[in-house]
Amino acid sequence: MTEPILRIEGLRVAIGRGTRAVPILRGVDLAVAPGEVHGLVGESGAGKSMIGRAVLGLLPGGARITAGTVSYGGLDMAAIGPRGRQRLLGREIALVPQDPTAALNPVRRIGRQITDVLRLRLGLGRAEAARRAVEILAETAIREPERVVQQYPHELSGGMRQRVLIGIAFAGRPRLIVADEPTTALDVTAQREILRLIRQLQGRYGSAVLFITHDLGVVAKICQRVTVLHAGRVVEEGDIAGILQAPRHAYTGALLAATGRATARRRSRRR
Amino acid sequence: MTAGPLVEAQALTVAVPGQSRGFGRRARRDIVRGVDLAVPRGGAVGLVGESGSGKTTLGRALVGLAPPAAGRVLFDGADLAAAKGPALRALRARMQMIFQDPQSALNPRLTIGTTLVRPLEAFGRLEGRRARRARAAELLDLVGLPGDALDRYPHELSGGQRQRIGIARAVALEPDFIVADEIVSGLDVSTQAQILLLLEDLRRRLGLTLVFISHDLSVVRVLCDEVVVLLRGEVVEAGPCAAVFDAPRHAYTAALLQAVPLPEIDPAWLDRPALAAQVPPRAASG
Repeated sequence: MTEPILRIEGLRVAIGRGTRAVPILRGVDLAVAPGEVHGLVGESGAGKSMIGRAVLGLLPGGARITAGTVSYGGLDMAAIGPRGRQRLLGREIALVPQDPTAALNPVRRIGRQITDVLRLRLGLGRAEAARRAVEILAETAIREPERVVQQYPHELSGGMRQRVLIGIAFAGRPRLIVADEPTTALDVTAQREILRLIRQLQGRYGSAVLFITHDLGVVAKICQRVTVLHAGRVVEEGDIAGILQAPRHAYTGALLAATGRATARRRSRRR
Repeated sequence: MTAGPLVEAQALTVAVPGQSRGFGRRARRDIVRGVDLAVPRGGAVGLVGESGSGKTTLGRALVGLAPPAAGRVLFDGADLAAAKGPALRALRARMQMIFQDPQSALNPRLTIGTTLVRPLEAFGRLEGRRARRARAAELLDLVGLPGDALDRYPHELSGGQRQRIGIARAVALEPDFIVADEIVSGLDVSTQAQILLLLEDLRRRLGLTLVFISHDLSVVRVLCDEVVVLLRGEVVEAGPCAAVFDAPRHAYTAALLQAVPLPEIDPAWLDRPALAAQVPPRAASG
């Protein structure tokens, strides 16, 4: 097996200190192969977002890694320090956040928000960045990108805003993308479009994706492997077909039952 | 008590902004167009559609929060637009709305107890702080939350708990009719299941009539008897849930059903073309 692009070993994260520390992650192991779309699934509060943040080095205030390692491409993230991480983030490692509305500045035009990132993270000049911004939008299948760069976030639908953020994430041709519930805020048809786009771009650029979600239905459609998290621990891990057909852990079974409930009946009668 | 549907929309059109066709730059934009809808007493009707379909506006019109540009909304036989003063207030107490985002629907600076007591104060129900606080505690119990939540603030609760508060507030005045607007979107699946069970339980116990707005069909099927599918402000399909879900007649309904990802491997799912017409981005219209 080739060296995983992301390897997490024995990760423990707690909020608070000493006797009042609340454990959030209790010894998590996870490995993502290069180019793989890896699902990280579990309920709210299971700690999956915390894993994403730990990978990005963006743990919220008060949260600390108390044990274990996070390695990107063989590099220990703790060892490279904040400056080392700065060089990676937005380029080799990128984030697609959950809420595109919160992630975009409401008083700045779309184009500016993209070029800011391109100039800061990729060192592009002003004219080059402006050109690239339009290209990025076109790549995410946004129609009339030259017009959209002049618009403000509120003029775009939720799905379009998410496309913008996905475009920004892929701008640096990242090797690893952390997608933190990227479709939770979208309705089902927009969700399918976004999933298709993520799959398209990750396939094109060979980016691995750590796809964080609570929805096993989504995992089934886009991920190759999945890690199931419950109460801060990994309870199951494996390739997607195996997990869906024969979940070994009761929690996975419960998640499956809760997902895709009533519409399942119509499927069996259709074909 | 009159027989017939509790709530009815007849050829309802709701527009924004303003209600008159303007000669100025902004022409009237119809969000809801000529909708006919009947909600039977004690029934649960699902209102389904994507963002921009007009389902929220329709829901608001059904509780008198959005005036019709054409057509009318009847509540228990009375035209909502014609009701004024005390008659209107009396009607308002019988209908309530639960909003999608529990974060913004709850005043972050008020304790839960205060939030729950507000509707009682506004409609002059129950005399005295103690009686109202007792009622607030009752409401918390009804939605399965502990009594100490009365003194908490919204930010101290989880999304699911905040949504329970939204439900508690809606039933505070013992309404006949509730419109729930995307109340489980953004919650994870197990929390969704709990909230839906709660709503179903309350509906039975309190004899509520329900309109449930959602873009998620699997949720609608669990809770509702009938479903109405909206596309760009118009009804494209309506009927009993089982019939519509198992044998959709309209291509758009079929597309919505197909778009729900089931936990099964289907390599073609991502690439299957969307049948639904593109809903234009907001900037492009009007």
